[in-house]
Amino acid sequence: MKTSPAHIVEVRVLLAVFAALIMLTVVTVAVSYFDLGAFNLVVAMSIATIKAALVAFWFMHLRYDSGLHAFIFLVGVAFLGFFLIITMLDAVTYHPAVQTWEQSK
Amino acid sequence: MDMMVSSPTPPKSYLVDPPGLRSWLLTRDHKRIGLMFLAVISASLALGATFALLIRTELTFPGPTIVSTGHIYNRLFTLHGTIMIFLFIIPSMPASLGNFVLPLMLGAKDVAFPRLNLASLYLYVGGLIFFLLVLVLGGVDTGWTFYAPYSTSTAAPVVLAVVGVFILGFSSIFTGINFLVTIHTMRPPGMGWFRMPLFLWALYGTAIIQVLATPILAITLLLLAVERTVGIGIFDPALGGDPILFQHFFWFYSHPAVYIMILPAMGIVTEVICVFSRKHIFGYKFIAYSSLAIALIGFLVWGHHMFVSGQSPLVGMIFSALTFAVAIPSAIKVFNWLATMYKGSIGLAPPMCFSLMFIALFGIGGLTGLFLGSLVTNVHVHDTAFVVAHFHYTMAGGALMGFLAGLYYWWPKMTGRMYNLAQGQISAVLIFVGFNFTYFPQFIVGSRGMPRRYFDYTRLLDTHPEFTFYQILSTAGGFLFVGGLVMVAFVLLRSLFVGRKAPANPWGAATLEWQCSSPPPHENPPAPANVGDCYVFDDFCFDESAQGYVKVP
Amino acid sequence: MTESHIPNMQEGNDGGPDAHLAHHFSSPAQQYDAARLGMWIFLMTEILFFGGLFCAYAVYRANNPQIFVDGHRFLDKPLGAANTVLLIFSSLTMALAVRAVQLGRRRWLVGLLAITILCGLAFLGVKAIEYKHKWDHRMVPGQARIAYWFSRGETSEPLKKFQPDEAYVKERLAQAGFEDLDQAEYDQRVKHLGTYMGIYFSLTGLHALHVVAGIVAISWILVGAVRDRFGSNYFTPVDLGGLYWHLVDMIWIYLFPLLYLIH
Ligand SMILES: [Cu+2]
Repeated sequence: MKTSPAHIVEVRVLLAVFAALIMLTVVTVAVSYFDLGAFNLVVAMSIATIKAALVAFWFMHLRYDSGLHAFIFLVGVAFLGFFLIITMLDAVTYHPAVQTWEQSK
Repeated sequence: MDMMVSSPTPPKSYLVDPPGLRSWLLTRDHKRIGLMFLAVISASLALGATFALLIRTELTFPGPTIVSTGHIYNRLFTLHGTIMIFLFIIPSMPASLGNFVLPLMLGAKDVAFPRLNLASLYLYVGGLIFFLLVLVLGGVDTGWTFYAPYSTSTAAPVVLAVVGVFILGFSSIFTGINFLVTIHTMRPPGMGWFRMPLFLWALYGTAIIQVLATPILAITLLLLAVERTVGIGIFDPALGGDPILFQHFFWFYSHPAVYIMILPAMGIVTEVICVFSRKHIFGYKFIAYSSLAIALIGFLVWGHHMFVSGQSPLVGMIFSALTFAVAIPSAIKVFNWLATMYKGSIGLAPPMCFSLMFIALFGIGGLTGLFLGSLVTNVHVHDTAFVVAHFHYTMAGGALMGFLAGLYYWWPKMTGRMYNLAQGQISAVLIFVGFNFTYFPQFIVGSRGMPRRYFDYTRLLDTHPEFTFYQILSTAGGFLFVGGLVMVAFVLLRSLFVGRKAPANPWGAATLEWQCSSPPPHENPPAPANVGDCYVFDDFCFDESAQGYVKVP
Repeated sequence: MTESHIPNMQEGNDGGPDAHLAHHFSSPAQQYDAARLGMWIFLMTEILFFGGLFCAYAVYRANNPQIFVDGHRFLDKPLGAANTVLLIFSSLTMALAVRAVQLGRRRWLVGLLAITILCGLAFLGVKAIEYKHKWDHRMVPGQARIAYWFSRGETSEPLKKFQPDEAYVKERLAQAGFEDLDQAEYDQRVKHLGTYMGIYFSLTGLHALHVVAGIVAISWILVGAVRDRFGSNYFTPVDLGGLYWHLVDMIWIYLFPLLYLIH
């Protein structure tokens, strides 16, 4: 059995992560005042994912941790992703039929 | 290990040490928690079986037989389904037998989080109380699937039932977390992943499903409750919601959930078949990996429950194709079991009888699943008794038989008493005959158009006068089936009073739980420094004086 | 075994070497590993728990993009941003609290945990202001019913229907360039707006419940810290509480752009 080291993170590192998180928050709010068309969502989600990764890897010690923990976390995300994609694929495909029915009312 | 068995003053068993009711109710001992789980899920099984008999009685004759309206009938089959699924099958094998056996098989002193384990038991009891409340208030009439928008508008106490299932979900998640962490962190130094008994692989796969799928059920039911009370417009089409979305949510849990029900049964069957064939398991790694494969592929097929719901044909085709893929790992297991038995020295003690029944009945259930998984035939038999027969062959013929096999197998270890083997075999025959008489006729009437969830089929008799005959057959089988279950209870409970003391190893098994006394002492014995292959039986010889197997050096 | 990575955990101080070691573990390192692994699996279940709502969001957004654009005009961007900063800051103090307990600095631990709790409470305060604002404009799904339950009225229960303040909704839609909608069009938009608000309240409400749970957990840890139960040799509860709090933060990091910043 592998033992995960209980890593003590430097204050300097934690503060740097915090600064990055605040900066990214400012960026994401600022960007929301410009219309990037289809990229609006992509940009917002990319920034959010970078922020989430910063929290996970440094605040939650994933960077210093057993790889198993990161794996478990990613498995959760992957299954959620699969659920979301298939359900969306279906909903988007049958939606026109629903719209036709609504307009026929 | 041997010293433990033959020592002149064996340590007191976990049943009496520590003594007192309080020590039972506040126990953190996995063995006691497992036994208490066994007691409460057996009560749930009895309740669910009672509703099953009421349903069968109603269907015996075409018109209203014992219920006057469809509304009452709707409540009967809903209660039967919800109780059997959420209160019996889901927790049956992991929480009761698994809880008892898992740490013993690992040579661990307990599961990783004993307090969480006890919490899981009390959450279960909490969920049970909610169901009893629902029962007192007249029951729910939505079917166990709680489909919106009916469930958001019916007058029945849906919210209570949903909260009950929500609580039971947490119970299940806690068990899953406990098993995963225990298997990961508490294996003894000598036991690598591929030295584990295959039952543990099955429990591991089950636990993965429990922690990955149950949260989706939890959010679904929470949203359903909110939709019903205030109307948030997510599932209710009158408010702009999408009822098909509810079905996606529901089946994303509920298809994997059938593998929560069947995987542990497969694990039990694997153990039993090796022990009672006195032969090493054939294809250890294939069985181990197929447990994982079932757990993972099981997540990719939920839409096969929605072929006629309005789901798009594109997604329907994807799900149909994936559904066929999930048959592969199950088939791998079946072929490996058959290969294990080949040229083995097969003994037909009750656990083995039920394991063989599992293979036969689950085989029929699985093969009829192919008709349902293929889009074209699904449209024909959807919502007929064919579907009912199919899932009872898998759930009752599979999961329940696996549970009974495990119960007969570990009963001497859990209670320290041997039951009468011949009586156990008779109960197996009763159940096998009763089961097939109950459900095989339903395949026939279902494929000829008998809808499920109908309580009055008078009008169908114009074209299908033979339906009454099959229904009478089915009801008679149902009573025989339940009679067999009563006999199981009789055989096992009788052993507590008149059964002879169980030896440490009555079946000659090589897994660790059989190497300590029956029943085990309060403190689980530690694993030996060198954990051997748990499927080598050559070192175990029957000892007349102990009336059980002992290890010869 | 690589226990040497945790030198502090092997030598106990106050309660003897095995004061916190449960009987069924063979070493503190094994116990610590098990606790962390269990917590990570639990966090994974939380992701999937919220995931259902994210899925509902994605489906409605894909099928009705317009209403999500309309919907965010009814939310308060500055308040949402303020709450984001609050939660991120509380995550920082929580991470520092874990560091403090690892180094055995009790007073720092107590102070940092207290700040974390205060930030959590402030977050809930801001959320309450936002909810109140929605309530005032009858923007809460099923509002008539909720009001009815609290009024103990004699009449029958109102229907489940989303009926926001019409003038307010029309004004906001006009700002977005949808001046004169006919009744059918307005009704259709309001119906979808109801779904949007339903998703908004489900997501933020469920998140707020998690914040409350986090505050309760951290308060319990704070009590333990005040009583000097934790030190460099035993800090598992602080560590796990931290993981949970960071997850709550992480979910908000997604909720903020998804709900407030869409356009
Ligand atoms: Cu299925």
